[in-house]
Amino acid sequence: MLALDNLSFAFNGRAILNKVSFRLASGEMAALLGVNGSGKSTLLKTINGILKPKEGAVLVEGVALHGLSGREIAKRIGYMPQKSSGTACTVFDAVLLGRKPHFDRSVTPHDLAAVERVLKRLGLEKLALRETAELSGGELQKVVIARALVQEPKVLLLDEPVNHLDIRNQLETMSILREITREMNLLTITVLHDLTIALRYVDRFVLLKDGALHACGDRRVMTPEAIREVFGMHAVIREIDGIPVVLPLGSATC
Amino acid sequence: MASADLSLTADYLRLVRRKNMFGFALLLLLAAAAGLSLHVGSLQLPWSEIFSALWNWDAADRTAHVIQQIRLPRATAAVLAGGSLGIAGAVMQTVLKNPLASPFTIGVSHGAAFGASFAIIFLGAGQAAGAGTFTPGLLIASSFAGALLAVGFILMLASIKGVSTEAVILSGVALSSFFGAATMLLQYFASDVQVAASVFWTFGDLGKAGWTENLLMGGVLAATLTFFLFDRWNHNALLWGDEVAASLGIRVRKLRLTAMLLSSLTVAVTTSFLGVIGFVGLMAPHLARLFVGSDHRFLLTSSALTGALMLLVSDIIARILIPPVILPVGIITSFAGTPLFLYLLTRKGKS
Repeated sequence: MLALDNLSFAFNGRAILNKVSFRLASGEMAALLGVNGSGKSTLLKTINGILKPKEGAVLVEGVALHGLSGREIAKRIGYMPQKSSGTACTVFDAVLLGRKPHFDRSVTPHDLAAVERVLKRLGLEKLALRETAELSGGELQKVVIARALVQEPKVLLLDEPVNHLDIRNQLETMSILREITREMNLLTITVLHDLTIALRYVDRFVLLKDGALHACGDRRVMTPEAIREVFGMHAVIREIDGIPVVLPLGSATC
Repeated sequence: MASADLSLTADYLRLVRRKNMFGFALLLLLAAAAGLSLHVGSLQLPWSEIFSALWNWDAADRTAHVIQQIRLPRATAAVLAGGSLGIAGAVMQTVLKNPLASPFTIGVSHGAAFGASFAIIFLGAGQAAGAGTFTPGLLIASSFAGALLAVGFILMLASIKGVSTEAVILSGVALSSFFGAATMLLQYFASDVQVAASVFWTFGDLGKAGWTENLLMGGVLAATLTFFLFDRWNHNALLWGDEVAASLGIRVRKLRLTAMLLSSLTVAVTTSFLGVIGFVGLMAPHLARLFVGSDHRFLLTSSALTGALMLLVSDIIARILIPPVILPVGIITSFAGTPLFLYLLTRKGKS
């Protein structure tokens, strides 16, 4: 479904991503894992063309993205940046913006209906006419996810969707994402820092180290050895009540 | 599958209609203010004569002259200049992501003032400025060139990759101070009459506009408003950051550059005709935002209408405050703007 073929990106002559290749299928949740500065956010932005790759290709359902207009890419890939802040517009307006790649100059009843469906799906009905500047972090996060979903993309790229949320909102957001990924047969790629959350909600793991792919696969790639190599940390993985938990023990370098 | 119940959409459309109503209300207020503006003046004219002078364009009596050649062009200039400043301010604040962005803070006004002083002091133009209903072409051309110089510099800076929008704002402040110093330098070596003329020019004055100027300003305003309205959803996307806009398929750099170019040009036209009119470009969008929010479907026209209303009302005040003296409207807008601005600042601090 999504295929990366030798994707490289350089900034000011410095290589940030180095020949990253992997394939992921639709209906799956994938986590992009690695230390700060390993190129996770850059990889997301290179996939949807916000950053122009130095070489390599991104294919969605076999179609190479580099030949497409920004609008055509936006119909295939939805994106959520690391930080969002609300403005003086309502939740409905904010989500309606996600229809932009689909309408020409003015919104149609079809777009409004799509927004209404997504708002209801994410349980945002009561907030629909509230100003986004007044929302809590968790609410705003859902609004931004709703905007990406209303684009009707095939791939959803989320940069740290749960990092600044409380534990309840973290679990809620992740399980909604997983449900919707299955329902709409999407491919959802999230940058995550919490390995326990990743193991609990995600089907595929993409490990990045120094801008290169370290491993890509299902749960079996998440071993203590892989964590040591990618994060430089000793860790154990235990199951508590059937839920896998990653417990970091300490730095592996000393 | 979700039901076909569209209650949220219905609620939302009601909100949209309310925002449209606000624009309509502004339009009515503007019409009322325009009527008042035709009525106010040292020559007391009954409403019936005003209307007959408006309907009967061929009339050649004194009333017709006052209405057709003095008061109506003046009111029209207020509406067009206020509209231009309001829309330019709204666009600049969005594309530069800064509530302080405005034609005044970005250096365009000071560039125009420098150009005008240059024409008056070096090229001997505009000795009659302020005396007639027209301003000499050389003066206008020179102040327009000065404004373009500022626009060019800002655009050059904005087009360099990696220069932040904050840097663009700050360089506008620096540019203003540079042009201010250059103007003072010119004035230092000028004669009394020239200094007086160049200082007088900077007082934004609606009396400078005749029908030719109005026609040009109107054309430019109509063109920019249409262009920005076509772009309204792109500006909405920009509110959520460059990356979100790019992910929605918008070419952000191109959008930012064309928006800056067009809004600055609009202001350059207005300023070179009328002089410096402070605070309208900064305030009008903030006031409009209080009522319709940041959605550019409503904000653009509301800012234009609010700017027009502000300038028209300021002009009426300028004419009745110390009769028979007609104060330059720029003085009124800045006087009224400062407390309004401080109020907005403290209001922002609370939330």
